[in-house]
Amino acid sequence: MSADRPAGVGPAPGPAPSTNGRRRRGGGGRREQPVVPDAKFESYYGRPVVKASPWKPDIPTYFFAGGLAAGSSLLGAGADLTGRPALRRVSRVSALASVGVSLYTLVHDLGRPSRALNMLRVIKPTSPMSLGTWSLTAFGPAAGVAAVAELAPTLERRLPEPLRWVARLLGRSARPAGLAAAAVAPMVGTYTGVLIADTATPTWHEGQRELPYIFAASAATAAGGLGMIAAPVAEAGPARRMAAIGAAVDLAAEYRMETSLGIVAETLHEGRAGRLMKASKVLTAAGAVGGIVLGRRSRIAAMASGAALVAGSVCTKFGIFEAGQASAHDPRYTVVPQRQRMERGGSHGAVST
Amino acid sequence: MKLPFDLPLNQSFEAGPEGPAVDAGWTEPPSRKGFFTDTSICIGCKACEVACKEWNGVPQDGIYELLGSSYDNTGALGASTWRHVAFIEQRKPLGGEQTGVAEPEAGGPPVDLGMPSFSRPGESGQGERSDFRWLMSSDVCKHCTDAACLDVCPTGSLFRTEFGTVVVQDDICNGCGYCVPACPYGVIERREGEPGVKNVGIAQKCTLCYDRLGAGRTPACAQACPTESIQFGDVDELRERARQRIRKLHDAGVTDARLYGADPDDGVGGAGAFFLLLDEPEVYGLPPDPVVTTRDLPAMWKRAAVAAVGLAATAVAAFVGGRR
Repeated sequence: MSADRPAGVGPAPGPAPSTNGRRRRGGGGRREQPVVPDAKFESYYGRPVVKASPWKPDIPTYFFAGGLAAGSSLLGAGADLTGRPALRRVSRVSALASVGVSLYTLVHDLGRPSRALNMLRVIKPTSPMSLGTWSLTAFGPAAGVAAVAELAPTLERRLPEPLRWVARLLGRSARPAGLAAAAVAPMVGTYTGVLIADTATPTWHEGQRELPYIFAASAATAAGGLGMIAAPVAEAGPARRMAAIGAAVDLAAEYRMETSLGIVAETLHEGRAGRLMKASKVLTAAGAVGGIVLGRRSRIAAMASGAALVAGSVCTKFGIFEAGQASAHDPRYTVVPQRQRMERGGSHGAVST
Repeated sequence: MKLPFDLPLNQSFEAGPEGPAVDAGWTEPPSRKGFFTDTSICIGCKACEVACKEWNGVPQDGIYELLGSSYDNTGALGASTWRHVAFIEQRKPLGGEQTGVAEPEAGGPPVDLGMPSFSRPGESGQGERSDFRWLMSSDVCKHCTDAACLDVCPTGSLFRTEFGTVVVQDDICNGCGYCVPACPYGVIERREGEPGVKNVGIAQKCTLCYDRLGAGRTPACAQACPTESIQFGDVDELRERARQRIRKLHDAGVTDARLYGADPDDGVGGAGAFFLLLDEPEVYGLPPDPVVTTRDLPAMWKRAAVAAVGLAATAVAAFVGGRR
């Protein structure tokens, strides 16, 4: 094991209170009074207690793409049922493309990509990754048929007469396939929030109350944003509304997460994660307001707002991912909340005599 | 939350009283096996680290790396470190490490083995002898009763053996890495390295020498330990032995002594490999209150269900509401 970080200072890491004290940067202004002032904790040479996930940027990309795919298939199904062909087309294509990205990144991040299909050996309710992979497996082909079916009319014109039945069959399966994908979509867009919460990574586990809502809302903003970019203004009404609701829930849930996590919330404000979370809030809010105010009038404004919403969703997923990684690297975020839990009497810990 | 279906898999949200092997579906398994690591008699020789590497063919990971943390140049448990001896230097009086205290009833004062001796700092000369003690502890996978790594593994590679231990099946793991952040102790890790390195890209950790157990042998680390700091055996018996040892140390005035992971009511349902420590767990790099993350999973799925319904409702509202 190579040292991830420099060894602790001095020869006596035990009883000495952590010398890297508290290090809140930025803000500068009034800070809220923590429950336990100036959390002191002990550690083994400052080394992490839990291990950070070995996941590369593939995984937050997969979280984003999965959300976009889910939201897009919902928009696509709605557009199909309400006669909005342009919105339907872009949403179906977006759902297929992003579920493709999602599956690619999921496989690419594996230590042994050639064994990807081992995911389908078992169905385990205790493993969100297992249930999630199964829901993607159901979602992918359905979203694929719905997207490819957009070519059915063209195919019917181009194909020779004996083969036209293929195009007609494709055309007829479009709606059932799109609806099937939309039925699985809410699971596809939400389970990733459970996936990361179901770990010992402090920020993710402590954020378990908010993460499913943030991820579902972020799926709605991304898909709505994409609809605003790619569909004509006249048809993009549902995309704008979906994005607006998503943005409101996303910002509210993020705010709640940042205010309810105690010391662990520091990871959402500091470093790269802090910058990403700030960007996500600004982009999401700006995109939502822009979409509501100008999205109906100007295609350019709609596209700019849509782009901001999509970028906001990317920043949300990457920000939460990075915050979790940072929380695992610092033993403070593992030890202090556990000590506080014990002091509150919520647990007696692992020590006995 | 009761799940709407039940599957005969190696999984459980929480273990029952029959022990983890029965919960995993084994019928009439052998008694549960584990380690009791009594750190009060660890001498920091690292024979366990070496024996483990040798027996299990664990590749080297970093060579000539000096970490500057006392005699610990191993750092932490990981994919290629299944036993890790921690060294902690403290300005505190000695604990149970003193010979004689270890086995008070063994008969009088310590026997002189004729080893060369030297005086300790401050002992010979003028001035007062300062307090100083070394804590040494050989850490290992806890083989939890409620094991998060096993619960979250999506391939079924991690499984519960008939001995109640938790083992990775090397030929099934696809290296998804989910078990790594799931472990509340930071034990399991995906092995990184050049292609060609044994089991590179898949999750690796202590197997409690599953191969040796199957042959009725003692795990390599316990076999190699010269002071019996690492004791192997039936978990029930080891827990009783640990309680007796604690009583002995407390009677001898070593009030720092405490057990870690020996309580079946703790956050992981008790560890199959538990410890006698002489300070707080976090001093050794152990979490003070580890909890298996899947304990909260039913509540998480409930929230996800609400969020999913909310997402679907948002889509419906987006099309139903509004003018166009």
